[in-house]
Amino acid sequence: MARLEKQVLIKRKHGLHARPATLFVQLANKFDSSVKVKAGKETIDAKSIIAILSLGLNKDAKITIIAEGEDAKEALGELANFIEEEE
Amino acid sequence: MVKYKGIVASGGVGIGETYLIREDELFVPKKKIDYSKISREIYRFEEALIKTRRQISSIQEKISKEIGFDHGRIFEAHFLVLEDRMLIEDVIKQIKNNRVNVEYAFSQSIKKYIDTLLKLNDEYLRERVVDIKDIARRVIKVMLKEKSASLINLKNKRVIVAHDLTPSQTADIPKEKVVAFITDVGGRTSHTAIIARSLGIPAVVGLKNISKKINENDKVIVDGFSGTVIVKPSKKIVGDYKKKIAKYSKEIKAAKKPKIGKAVTKDGKQIDVSANIELPEELNLVKKYGADGIGLYRTEYIFLGKRKLPTEEEQYKAYSNVAKKSKPESVIIRTIDIGGDKFLSRPDVPQEMSPFLGWRAIRFCLARPAIFKAQIRAILRASAEGNVKMMFPMISGVEELLKAKKMVSLCKKELSGEKKKFDKNIKIGAMIEVPSAALTADVLAKECDFFSIGTNDLIQYSLAVDRANEKVAYLYEPGHPGVLRLIKNIINGAYGAKIWVGMCGEMSAEPSLAFLLLGLGLDEFSMPPPQVLKIKELIQRVTFKDAQAAAEKALNLSTAKEIEKYLKGRLRKLLDKDFFNFLNI
Repeated sequence: MARLEKQVLIKRKHGLHARPATLFVQLANKFDSSVKVKAGKETIDAKSIIAILSLGLNKDAKITIIAEGEDAKEALGELANFIEEEE
Repeated sequence: MVKYKGIVASGGVGIGETYLIREDELFVPKKKIDYSKISREIYRFEEALIKTRRQISSIQEKISKEIGFDHGRIFEAHFLVLEDRMLIEDVIKQIKNNRVNVEYAFSQSIKKYIDTLLKLNDEYLRERVVDIKDIARRVIKVMLKEKSASLINLKNKRVIVAHDLTPSQTADIPKEKVVAFITDVGGRTSHTAIIARSLGIPAVVGLKNISKKINENDKVIVDGFSGTVIVKPSKKIVGDYKKKIAKYSKEIKAAKKPKIGKAVTKDGKQIDVSANIELPEELNLVKKYGADGIGLYRTEYIFLGKRKLPTEEEQYKAYSNVAKKSKPESVIIRTIDIGGDKFLSRPDVPQEMSPFLGWRAIRFCLARPAIFKAQIRAILRASAEGNVKMMFPMISGVEELLKAKKMVSLCKKELSGEKKKFDKNIKIGAMIEVPSAALTADVLAKECDFFSIGTNDLIQYSLAVDRANEKVAYLYEPGHPGVLRLIKNIINGAYGAKIWVGMCGEMSAEPSLAFLLLGLGLDEFSMPPPQVLKIKELIQRVTFKDAQAAAEKALNLSTAKEIEKYLKGRLRKLLDKDFFNFLNI
């Protein structure tokens, strides 16, 4: 089982709020791997909408995505892409 | 009898007794549970989540079926909350460790998360908190086996009163039991307003704290045209309003069997009858009621209630969507008609004493070139996707029009440089709603491609009447000879420069005045979609010659009442009895 992580910068205008947060969590839930997001000192479950929202992530925030499992590589790739998209 | 003034959210008039939907704090009992009952509580939790999921799916289905556009997206976040692992694990942990019943555990977890989200003090998150509360309430109700709205058992139709209605609450209410909606909060673009409009149910929102002042079973009148709510009305007022309702329901019935065709008078003059819209969701109404395109597309909704200004790109997407869907019919996009105070980002705007005479519309835009430019560029780019025209509101003199046009030229030059497509010959119009513009119509006409008369403001400004002020509201007369002379002057000015002239105010949908306006030579009538068929049929049933003669006569009369009486008499003679009665002038 692979454990991979990547640091990304949120380029989306609204950060990870509202609809982008919803889409991000939906995307994370597509993978079998466990996915976590680390922001500052906190590490939370990326498959939880409430957890993601409670981080209050705005544009230009730096986060680390950590994926662990069979499809960790795909999960990390797609989620990082999503975060780095501008719209 | 008490009157309240709110925001018009959906037209129509409803009379009925109230039904209060309280923002009830659900009473959640706390119980200690036995070790042996833990797995049973967890099972109950899972069951409740599944049941709630089913409820939401069926609401989602109902909303898209009833309203006919994609509203389902509202519930995406609801589903995620129901599946939220962190929340579910937290609840299970509480049941196991604290040995409490599932209802209590769940409400505690939800409370904890809501508090965290509210602490972040973020506008977007506050909206999500509303969703989470809504879903939590549902889950708890399912667990407590409480029925949702008990309206289904009501014998008669009611006026629904609430502080606010969530989309799922609105969808839950059986529509055949609803006379009207009234709420404390909300604006024209809130979900309740959109849903009410799509269903054709009258609604007034933004009534501050009416839900606390009204009692259950109070008789109320909801006037969705003027935004008035009358509690415990007198018999006379009820009688007056019943007549209004009869008139309105006839119009709706007629609209349901549309005879869509061009509005051509018996002697061959063709008139465009188009629609005023505010939200893209209203596009389907434009087609449904057979309008010839969109005579007024208000763009304020894109700007209001946002934390940041919309970008050019966001605006382009919105405008090109409307342009594409209306093709080949034309769409007149009006640049924003609001003042700086309406932006949540508030670009240094002081409170104004008389906002109607203040810093708004074209005045605001010319003073904020960056905002103006982004909108003009977006409209220009959308013009490559359909038949788009651009219009500036509140023009008071030719300098403003020239400055606005200069901005358009500049934007065109930029777009050409960037190799972006747009309609090089896009038509530019001025909205004529300030008396000084009406009086100098001949000057303005030389500088634009069309006029659209905005009667709501024109009447207000020329008669010096604030329509919202009850003491003087009786002076607001669209048929006032002073107003009609201004309109005649506008039309003459347009004709002198060979440009066309339309009207996008409520006045154009009043049958007797529409007949007069036809006679004065108005080329285009634009109105709320449900009114279009009635006016088209009226035009088809008269001759331009008769209308011209009537207009000439009417303009020599001295009061609005005389004019109204005269026009009514003419129409009674010219139209067959059934249609005349249907118009209910």
